[in-house]
Amino acid sequence: MEILVCVKRVPDTAENEFELNSAGNDLDRDDLVYSVNEWDNYAVEEAIQIVDNVGGSVTVVTVGDDESEEVLRREMAMGANNGVLLSDAAFEGSDGKGIAAILKAEVEKGQYDLILTGAQADEGAGQVGGMLAAMLDYPYASLVNKIEVVNDTTIKVGREIEGGNQEMNEIQLPCVLSIQTGINEPRYVGIRGIRKVASVDIPVKGVSDLGIDAAAVGKAGAKTRRLDYFVPDLGDGAEMLEGSTEEIIEKLIEKLKAKGGL
Amino acid sequence: MTQIFAYIPFKNGTAEDVALEYPAAAKKIDPSAGLTAVLTGSGADLDKVAQEMTRIYKTVVKVDHADLAYPNAEIVRKALLDVLPHDAVILAAHDTFGMDLAPGLAVKMDSAYAADIVDFQGMDGSVLKMVRQELGGAVYTHVTADIALGAVITIRPGAFAPTEAADAGGTVADKSAEVKDLTAKRKFLEVVAAEVGDVDITKADVLVSIGRGIEEQENIELAQELAEAMGAVVSCSRPIVDAKWLEKSRQVGTSGQTVKPKVYMAMGISGSFQHLGGVKGNPFIVAVNKNPKAPIFQVADVGIVENILEFMPELTQAIKSQ
Ligand SMILES: Cc1cc2nc3c(=O)[nH]c(=O)nc-3n(C[C@H](O)[C@H](O)[C@H](O)COP(=O)(O)OP(=O)(O)OC[C@H]3O[C@@H](n4cnc5c(N)ncnc54)[C@H](O)[C@@H]3O)c2cc1C
Ligand SMILES: Nc1ncnc2c1ncn2[C@@H]1O[C@H](COP(=O)(O)O)[C@@H](O)[C@H]1O
Repeated sequence: MEILVCVKRVPDTAENEFELNSAGNDLDRDDLVYSVNEWDNYAVEEAIQIVDNVGGSVTVVTVGDDESEEVLRREMAMGANNGVLLSDAAFEGSDGKGIAAILKAEVEKGQYDLILTGAQADEGAGQVGGMLAAMLDYPYASLVNKIEVVNDTTIKVGREIEGGNQEMNEIQLPCVLSIQTGINEPRYVGIRGIRKVASVDIPVKGVSDLGIDAAAVGKAGAKTRRLDYFVPDLGDGAEMLEGSTEEIIEKLIEKLKAKGGL
Repeated sequence: MTQIFAYIPFKNGTAEDVALEYPAAAKKIDPSAGLTAVLTGSGADLDKVAQEMTRIYKTVVKVDHADLAYPNAEIVRKALLDVLPHDAVILAAHDTFGMDLAPGLAVKMDSAYAADIVDFQGMDGSVLKMVRQELGGAVYTHVTADIALGAVITIRPGAFAPTEAADAGGTVADKSAEVKDLTAKRKFLEVVAAEVGDVDITKADVLVSIGRGIEEQENIELAQELAEAMGAVVSCSRPIVDAKWLEKSRQVGTSGQTVKPKVYMAMGISGSFQHLGGVKGNPFIVAVNKNPKAPIFQVADVGIVENILEFMPELTQAIKSQ
């Protein structure tokens, strides 16, 4: 099985306290810690496990800048066989459809049976996988938490729906699946693993390599645009308890007693 | 005039709550827009919900076909492409079905797409201004889209006030005959129910709920001790279940359990909408988080900026010595 996994470099929500810049219209990006999108790790792990079982190879691809190369290397250290970086000034400011259109061009350069994305990335959209599938006219299933290879042309997938119930589907290959967390336990990547792939060649492809119309992607082609970032005034949030830990606990216990918590 | 179509999800003959939330969303997009409810399904269930929707929507479109009995997004998309104008503004819910359907629908409709919208701020010409969140709710953004040639927009369930009007006196238009080929490359097989665990967190009055802030599996003990001292039950966010540290039946959220406690102690939980979607009944929420900007503080009643690994044992001790 030839598998392509789409991955994205994103600001790590566990490692950052997000602040706006001084103009108040963008994130303060100076000291942000980035990592690979959490969902994409599960997708890469799943691809590696499928290939371990039925043979084939795993390619990881990202649309991003030079710095995005590091997430490709990380996923290659996990066990992905190849990496491809899709990078071009013309890609900047792409909306979901733009990203999907760029990925489509790369898909068409290969012979993939299965394309995996994460269920969602930093923007919380959950859009690229479904768009890519529709552009390719491939079937799609989102929020996949189980994959069972039936034969060369068919797989069974479970989708995690509301309440944690699992919707089982049979789906024809080639197809696109978006992967939900919890489908597997992504393997740990150590420094040694990263070192091993440090000098592996990762091809970089732009508009002309992919044969894309530059006007259809990037900021120019975007139908949906982000104007700014902001933090709204939400009125009364939580009453913040302050003081020493001892004082806080005293106040909290009073409140818990009043509310039936103790 | 803008034509807005709201896709009504339903299960077992009952519409999802979002069916009552679309009218407020539509009004915010364009108060003069025409709003139509769209339902796909099969047989008596479909008819029952379509009839129910005439109380809320003036026009209700239904598409009845045996292949639509279970909402398979690929088949629903084909049906919608056949019955809706391609410059329509289509609203769906940002739930597990909407996420399956909407992005591909926007491609096939050749429309703008916007996901998980929490507010609309009106139109400038045909450019619609919307509000959404990024980074798990840590920041908000304004996004714009020119909707003149159509748009597919998913709205966050619960983000718009439910309509109370139930006297629209609408009518149902049957568009089943307009549907052409519904063959699909994806076939629905069955729904496997989530596992039932040894504890039922949905019955607990007090929950000590832990998130990724617990950091290590062995720290879960700290939450168990606190819960014991409080007479509470331990629940958790999704990453704790993904790591296999607690069983799925303890997960609170849209893809876990819906709980209705009196008191909800969110310990090291950031407050994503999928998590909070499982916290109902307006409990007294106490949030302890080391990040003063954590989104959970926007919804909690009481907030404490502390390290839970130090705070929980101290709280346990203080409760025990009362
Ligand atoms: C379709 C779908 C369905 C989903 N369903 C669910 C669901 O049902 N339930 C659910 O929970 N999630 C669900 N999610 C995942 C959800 O989007 C979030 O990723 C998840 O809720 C985050 O969990 P968290 O708050 O524990 O982790 P994080 O977002 O990583 O937050 C951890 C928090 O802990 C704080 N922290 C870290 N260390 C400490 C410390 N020592 N002391 C104090 N605070 C600390 C951090 O500041 C941070 O705020 C779903 C996602 C999708 C796409
Ligand atoms: N720039 C990108 N490069 C490669 N894949 C991406 C990119 N953006 C999003 N994806 C894929 O699409 C998934 C969903 O992201 P999104 O639709 O942005 O929420 C991610 O988990 C990735 O698999």
